[in-house]
Amino acid sequence: MTATPVTSTGAGRAGDKIFSGAALAAGCLILAVLFGVALFLVVQAIPALTAPAAEIQGGEGFFAYIWPIVIGTLIAAVIALVIATPIAIGVALFISHFAPRGLAAGLGYMVDLLAAIPSVVYGAWGAAFLAKEISPAYNWLAANMGWLPIFQGPASATGKTILTAGIVLSVMVLPIITSLSREIFLQTPKLHEEAALALGATRWEMIKMSVLPFARPGIISAVMLGLGRALGETMAVALVLSSGALTASLIQSGNQTIAAEIALNFPEASGLKVSTLIAAGLVLFVITLAVNMIARWIITRHKEFSGAN
Amino acid sequence: MTSTLTPVRSKRSALTKGQLPKYAPYVVLAAALVAGAAILALVGFNAFGWGIVSAILFAVGLVSWSAAVEGSRKAKDKLATCLVVGSFLIALLPLISVIWTVLVNGIPGLLNPGFLTTSMNGVTGVYDNRAVEEGAPVIGGIYHALLGTIQITLLATVISVPVGLLTAIYLVEYGNDGRLARAITFFVDVMTGIPSIVAGLFAAAFFFAVVGPGTKTGAVAAVALSVLMIPVVVRSSEEMLKIVPNELREAAYALGVRKWRTILKVVIPTAISGIASGVTLAIARVIGETAPILVTAGFATSINSNVFSGWMASLPTFIYTQILNPTSPANPDPSSQRAWGAALVLIILVMVLNLAARLIARIFAPKTGR
Repeated sequence: MTATPVTSTGAGRAGDKIFSGAALAAGCLILAVLFGVALFLVVQAIPALTAPAAEIQGGEGFFAYIWPIVIGTLIAAVIALVIATPIAIGVALFISHFAPRGLAAGLGYMVDLLAAIPSVVYGAWGAAFLAKEISPAYNWLAANMGWLPIFQGPASATGKTILTAGIVLSVMVLPIITSLSREIFLQTPKLHEEAALALGATRWEMIKMSVLPFARPGIISAVMLGLGRALGETMAVALVLSSGALTASLIQSGNQTIAAEIALNFPEASGLKVSTLIAAGLVLFVITLAVNMIARWIITRHKEFSGAN
Repeated sequence: MTSTLTPVRSKRSALTKGQLPKYAPYVVLAAALVAGAAILALVGFNAFGWGIVSAILFAVGLVSWSAAVEGSRKAKDKLATCLVVGSFLIALLPLISVIWTVLVNGIPGLLNPGFLTTSMNGVTGVYDNRAVEEGAPVIGGIYHALLGTIQITLLATVISVPVGLLTAIYLVEYGNDGRLARAITFFVDVMTGIPSIVAGLFAAAFFFAVVGPGTKTGAVAAVALSVLMIPVVVRSSEEMLKIVPNELREAAYALGVRKWRTILKVVIPTAISGIASGVTLAIARVIGETAPILVTAGFATSINSNVFSGWMASLPTFIYTQILNPTSPANPDPSSQRAWGAALVLIILVMVLNLAARLIARIFAPKTGR
């Protein structure tokens, strides 16, 4: 890689310089944009962070305002990932290793179609169809599993709860995790798979021994991208969830996520309220940063398995 | 019983002993469907419940039969197969449901006269009231929003793809895993998590500062969408460039080919199918974004063909505002018809894009032996 060619023409050298310069500039532009986003958020958020507690919405200061919606955001994202991750890995395995070869591409396209459906359509679907259809299930959960705090009744009559929002989010996250996991599964060295099968492994044992260990960092990176989507998703939650105060029960109306809080209140906001909402955006930004740092750390620990080398 | 089983047994050689017969899944499936229907008949029949109960019965039946005849290893394999196929079927449910809902609600809207060729310019609640009360046709359409979406998304793609692809090339080919490359990789991951509404706020504030307060145009929205799109393009292109075997690069270098020509002629063509699919996913991710466009492009009811001046409508914001603030608050049905019609058009648009990218990817795909 580092060896320089023996003969070189002027045109080739200039081409190399221009090309590597353009690549470098593009990389630096990304850093500049991100720096701009962070700078803007911090500068605009300072008034809310330094204002007297009584002037913030709720009258008890910024942190009393923000922590319930932080918890709400995490609840929605965790519900989405708990539902989506196993299904997504199953779907990815189905397409890469189980489906008939001729059908696999078409089936993969069907899953990609889920990613193609816009969030506002999911929001409209969740509010108009899913919430209505799922509310009997919530009634059943409240009646039979009500002793668990998360299923405490009475269930919402409209079905517009944080659990419905989480289910809608899981549908939106699923194709992201699936398509990335599928690409990684397909990269598993063919020889590893064939060696496992030749030793008499069943298909599942072959997947457990050769595909999953190879793909683990890829799956984590895929789940991380899904989490980013679930944390930041605005419209689906804004349209599906009938928001309110923080509650432990997932089947009552209540709870709110940061992104939906900003979307619903920003258009009419002015003055300190704008700062408060931008500070909420900053908090969301910091949460994502923490999630990404943990995920990066996991991926670098498993780097020797990745397809990079 | 014995008379029917004996010929089957006698046909089996030692090699196929201890295996389930080939017809086993079909027998179990038929039994599961019958048993499922019987159970559902007791509690009240519905097709959805029948499917779920039958699927569970099928999995339990096949796995326990397999455990009895073939042993635990084969049974585990069957169980894994059932779970994997089941997860795929579960994933299809929301897709079918969403598409069905959009089709049922969207086709009446789409069939309204002039839906695709007129804007909402001059369409007021009076017309909607008349449509509901007197049965007049629902007028007003999405031409302005369609035009806006295409322009904004195109501009965002034109900004994002070169920047994203060049960054991916820098990371894989020039970065050498140095400090700058690691920083870019790290911050691209951070950027992936930027909530779309924050990206919109950033673009709006940037243009307020540079051009003037209150600047809301399609170009601002395109910049906001680029912030969301670039990291997706970088991540997917980077993964695809990394898969290209080093042997190909080394072969090119050994022939004395310059690095930039190696990248353009060897590395990118090898990875182009994956890059195209990544770009498609990135477009799919941003084309339906509502929040950033509401903040950056405002909302227009008339046609605006200039991305660099004036408020601009887009399909997602059209859907959102028609649902949330119907043109006639007293009779929201025509607005809801238009919203679902616009949703149908948006989905068709993305499907066509997806299909086109897939065809391109297939044409350029390298042979992998799979």
